Amino acid sequence: MKPAAFDYIRAEHLDEVLDALAREGGDARIIAGGQSLMPMLNMRLAKPKTLIDIMRLGELARIECKGGNIIVGAGVRQATLLAWPELGEALPLAALALPWTGHVQTRSRGTVCGSIAHADPSAELPLVLCALGGEVHLRSANRRRRIAAQDFFAGMMATSRADDELIEAVSFPADQNRCAFREVARRHGDFAIVACAAVATKNGVRLAVGGVADMPVVREFPRLEASALGDVLNTFAYELDARDDVHASARYRRDLVRLIGAELMREVLP
Amino acid sequence: MSRLPADQRHAVQFTLNGKPCSGEAEPRMLLTDFLRHEIGATGTHVGCEHGVCGACTVEIDGKLSRACLTLAVQVDGCAVRTVEGLAPASGRLSILQAAFKRNHALQCGFCTAGILMSLDNFLRENPDPGEQDVRDLLTGHLCRCTGYTPIVRAAMEAAAEMAGDASKEKSDA
Repeated sequence: MKPAAFDYIRAEHLDEVLDALAREGGDARIIAGGQSLMPMLNMRLAKPKTLIDIMRLGELARIECKGGNIIVGAGVRQATLLAWPELGEALPLAALALPWTGHVQTRSRGTVCGSIAHADPSAELPLVLCALGGEVHLRSANRRRRIAAQDFFAGMMATSRADDELIEAVSFPADQNRCAFREVARRHGDFAIVACAAVATKNGVRLAVGGVADMPVVREFPRLEASALGDVLNTFAYELDARDDVHASARYRRDLVRLIGAELMREVLP
Repeated sequence: MSRLPADQRHAVQFTLNGKPCSGEAEPRMLLTDFLRHEIGATGTHVGCEHGVCGACTVEIDGKLSRACLTLAVQVDGCAVRTVEGLAPASGRLSILQAAFKRNHALQCGFCTAGILMSLDNFLRENPDPGEQDVRDLLTGHLCRCTGYTPIVRAAMEAAAEMAGDASKEKSDA
């Protein structure tokens, strides 16, 4: 339960981070708040040769509103976003979901982008990013690209980030539509057994489900009558390919998707 | 940029409970082990070592943090506060600690250091908490002895006592 040995780089400039990633690529990992990476290191599920600490880069610790997007830099802690005075107005879904992301004691250090990078299928922030159709901003020494959240996540704790790329920021489209969030976990703040987010759209509702498949799954539904709604949610629940694990059975997970899904859809489409 | 090689020990300087403190750590050394084995501050306990149990909770620059999810080299230049910093003087307990003792809010005491740190920080920022607020805070900790009820009672009592002290100061002024 102690990390394997690694070199530690305390970066002062972005160039140093990008150079180190270009040079050491897959052998290096970025550390920001450490609330996802440190458990992986302690359990030796990750054994990087180099750790690059980005938390001294003030330029990455910004929340910006640009072109209808809320851009959250790689150094922004979860507690900072939760305390951002404009959060409720600009990103009501994030305001609902963030209190479920870990505990006070981990949100104080954990970053928003760190949770996205870790790509745990039951984590709340990847779910919110997918539900809102956000983007991940990637940067390497010689290129920058943006990728849609749903294309970024590639499976359980797997993403399409290249080894030399830094997640510089994530952007959430500011969304004032009606939204709702609900989660079931063994203990508040633990990883979700099922987490659901719903956002009203022009023709119906967009429902995102975490904790069931190997990444967040988003589906658009038209406005439906109660009887038809039960059927489509049942089909959706089976399509998520739920598995039994130590926390809950597949059947229980499907049940939660049907139950919470219907509740949230009623909430956002009254 | 500074690069700290894996196989060497590096100087780490910070303040511990208000006093300057220094030691040496390999990059991979956790803050929990650094506090306990390098500094000899064994008040901070080590439970699960992956951030779940909360026994190692300390304050770093005024923010609650899991010491087991923090590297010693990351706190260079920071202000660290641990359970050793809670008592106002040797042989005296803080209001919160005394409330824990009165209410039997600990049995084996393994989780207590972390819970005291969380509650101390929380009560400073939330002087008039509801019981549910305290229970929400405690979701970040595991206690297998008490069932939490005496811990919640101690926290509420400490909050009331601190509020009483504050109002007395106001009326004396």
